Amino acid sequence: MEQIAEILISVLLIVGGIFAVIGSYGLLKLRDTMQRLHAPTKATTVGVGSALIASMAFFLIFEHHLSWHELLITLFLFLTAPITANFIAKAQMHRMMRAEDLPPTGVGTDWATFDPELTMVQPLTDYRPGPVSDEGASPAET
Amino acid sequence: MLLKRLFPHPLLSFLLFVTWMLLVNEFKRGSLVMALILAIVIPLLTAAYWQNRPKVKDVPAFAAYCLLVMWDVIVANFQVAKIILFMRNEDIKSAWIPVPIELKTPEASTLLAGTITMTPGTVTADMSACGKVLLIHSLHAPDPDAIRDDIKSRYEARLKRIFE
Repeated sequence: MEQIAEILISVLLIVGGIFAVIGSYGLLKLRDTMQRLHAPTKATTVGVGSALIASMAFFLIFEHHLSWHELLITLFLFLTAPITANFIAKAQMHRMMRAEDLPPTGVGTDWATFDPELTMVQPLTDYRPGPVSDEGASPAET
Repeated sequence: MLLKRLFPHPLLSFLLFVTWMLLVNEFKRGSLVMALILAIVIPLLTAAYWQNRPKVKDVPAFAAYCLLVMWDVIVANFQVAKIILFMRNEDIKSAWIPVPIELKTPEASTLLAGTITMTPGTVTADMSACGKVLLIHSLHAPDPDAIRDDIKSRYEARLKRIFE
């Protein structure tokens, strides 16, 4: 029984590790910030998830008490991951893009990021995005 | 009647109660009392902020929606992993996709936006100033229209049934 549990927990940990590595590799490999955003928001959810399941299984089988904190971590992860992704996307739109780069909304009003009435921070209108280097553009280069 | 006055927002109270109990991580009577106090006081203090909250009309449908999203998140992980590992950068066709939405409450729109970010190869980046269109960035979209239709039929239709 304990042998099976050990194998199960090890497999979960390894799967989690593999997904975390894939997510990080995606960060390096993909070309621009918007594409890179996909790697850590998604490829790591299973990574974290299986590590948490492994942790719950370990405490249940070897320490003989059920640990609930893992469920809370999952809850907080699901609450915060979309918001983080949205903030990074918005920062990227403010810094590196202009309203013309996006498809039209089709309803008359502009996208909220570029709507002058809604934004306190003006988009950089005089900045033209160049080819993206591997390092990403730093403020000094712009 | 008293129950209704004590718990004006039963879902929030329930969530606070459960979160506190999970946080304590072992069953003690003291923390049960503390959880109950939090479940009563926090909804009362924050009542001013959720006057026009939409009611979750169909709780089983909402639970089913959560399970569906969980499953899609797992599938999304494998799809994105596959794209990262096995596709050359030149072959990845990223696209911006505007998705018009018909949801009326901001809560439902937020839930939809969050769902889109968590599921297959898509991230919600922005919203139109009027709140009627979501801007979505897709990692690999050979057919943007199919992705838009998929989002509308798979998630938006369900959310609409839950909230409206």
